[in-house]
Amino acid sequence: MVTAIKERITLDVTAQEYREFQPEHILTVKNLEIFYGEKRAVNGISMDIGKNNVTALIGPSGCGKSTFLRSINRMNDLIPGARAEGEILYEDLNILSDDINVVALRKEIGMVFQKPNPFPKSIYENITHALKFAGMKKKSVLDEIVEESLQKAALWDEVKDRLHKSALSLSGGQQQRLCIARTIAMKPTVILLDEPSSALDPISNAKVEDLIVDLKKDYSIIIVTHNMQQASRISDKTAFFLSGDLIEYDDTEKIFTNPSVQKTEEYISGRFG
Amino acid sequence: MEKLLPARERLLKSKKSSLDGEFRGKIMVILCAVLMISATIAITIFLGTKGLQSFTKNGISIIEFLTSTKWNPTDKANPAYGVLPFIFGSFAVTFLSALIAAPLGIGGAIFMTEIAPSWGRKILQPVVELLVGIPSVVYGFIGLTVLVPFIREHVGGLGFSLLSGTIVLAIMILPTITTIATDAMSSLPNHLREGSLALGATRWQTIRKVLVPAALPSLLTAIILGMARAFGEALAVQMVIGNVRNLPSSILDASATLTTIITLNMGHTTYGSVENNTLWSMGLILLIMSFAFILLIRYLSSRRKVR
Repeated sequence: MVTAIKERITLDVTAQEYREFQPEHILTVKNLEIFYGEKRAVNGISMDIGKNNVTALIGPSGCGKSTFLRSINRMNDLIPGARAEGEILYEDLNILSDDINVVALRKEIGMVFQKPNPFPKSIYENITHALKFAGMKKKSVLDEIVEESLQKAALWDEVKDRLHKSALSLSGGQQQRLCIARTIAMKPTVILLDEPSSALDPISNAKVEDLIVDLKKDYSIIIVTHNMQQASRISDKTAFFLSGDLIEYDDTEKIFTNPSVQKTEEYISGRFG
Repeated sequence: MEKLLPARERLLKSKKSSLDGEFRGKIMVILCAVLMISATIAITIFLGTKGLQSFTKNGISIIEFLTSTKWNPTDKANPAYGVLPFIFGSFAVTFLSALIAAPLGIGGAIFMTEIAPSWGRKILQPVVELLVGIPSVVYGFIGLTVLVPFIREHVGGLGFSLLSGTIVLAIMILPTITTIATDAMSSLPNHLREGSLALGATRWQTIRKVLVPAALPSLLTAIILGMARAFGEALAVQMVIGNVRNLPSSILDASATLTTIITLNMGHTTYGSVENNTLWSMGLILLIMSFAFILLIRYLSSRRKVR
């Protein structure tokens, strides 16, 4: 298998073809340690993240799951004093290395935050914002991508008549779907979601969850959530974090019905955390 | 708390409460507020009546006052009271100095908040504070000894010029603009920054397309506050601008502003004379302009979108 991949590389295939050819895993984490100054927030975790899967990261606050998530598209670079050791392999490339172009990386590994954060611009401009930076200027192309990504984010019908109104006029749930839409518009391979529905009401939450399940056809999704039901509803694999350690990582069904570690069961059943 | 008394005694407002500390405190702060408001109103009324006297009592036409370029109040036979050159001078130095100081100040603010928040701020912040602390007479003095000869020798003209006034004012209003712009940029919510960076925008793209537009109303407020300061500054400008009564024809010509004419002439005119009254009228123009600046700032802050 590995030799097969290597042969493909030597044949100078495009990244797209290579991605399609690559099996199962989109990311491989090896002995990842993350520090904030002296303090270690993530203690040497290793895991494979499945392609076209929804992977849920659960655990009590401060367990390192968001820190881990933010390291995948190098958002931790913005925090003074944060540094990571170990490897996160993406197409066999360690994306934690210093010579990674983080701007290009973030185009492929997009992120949606806990609090909806649309730019104070129109709905249309929110989506075209990053596309224009990526060099897309033609209006017809932009129009098409805007419609396509809003369709995918299940927001098109609600906003198609007011694309040029301020994004801040949308409800919280709509804003969050807009943030997902503008991430999709970049055509990433991985989407990181940091508690995307914790600030939303149950109905918006349900819409966002449906959307996530829908999106895994095209994208690999990693989601941090505090909501156990959410994790069990939408994810294929679940990783349980505690105090910076990866305690258990398995199929979601197994984790929620028959976890192999005592701590996991205690957390899931609400006995601590 | 022991409940010896019935609820009626314990919980109903007593008549006596009007005399307790609560009431006294309230009176004290109300008095402070009333004093401030009445001082402002009194100055406005005084300046209004004094400023209008040259038109009502001395019969100078308002149109002539505002549009004539001839200023010769001391000519006994045929006095002329046109202040257009000074109004022009005031606006010219104000806008030109803002034109210089705004990009510098906003650039400095972006440097401090976005590019080098730790050490950049540590260095620039004290520099800016120091600039605020230097008295305007010192700015004028430095302008007079360094800037005026420099312009005379290397640029042209007498040195005393609109340009000198502009440069001195630009340095003076720089800290105002920088400070407010820095506050505006650093009060932007962090999630805007992260949202843009997470989409693969570069830092510069994020600053240019997300952060500056989001902070724009506050940045304009910073510029306008700087302009208000420039418009009202008298001493430093007076020392370098040359103080002539003619409309300047180039940026290297000597000029005068409303404020410099007032400070130059208030000493040697008699209270109640026509010339003295016209100085009050110029003061009124300054007051009206500062109201205009405040209104503009109000309008802009009501348009602030992100909090």
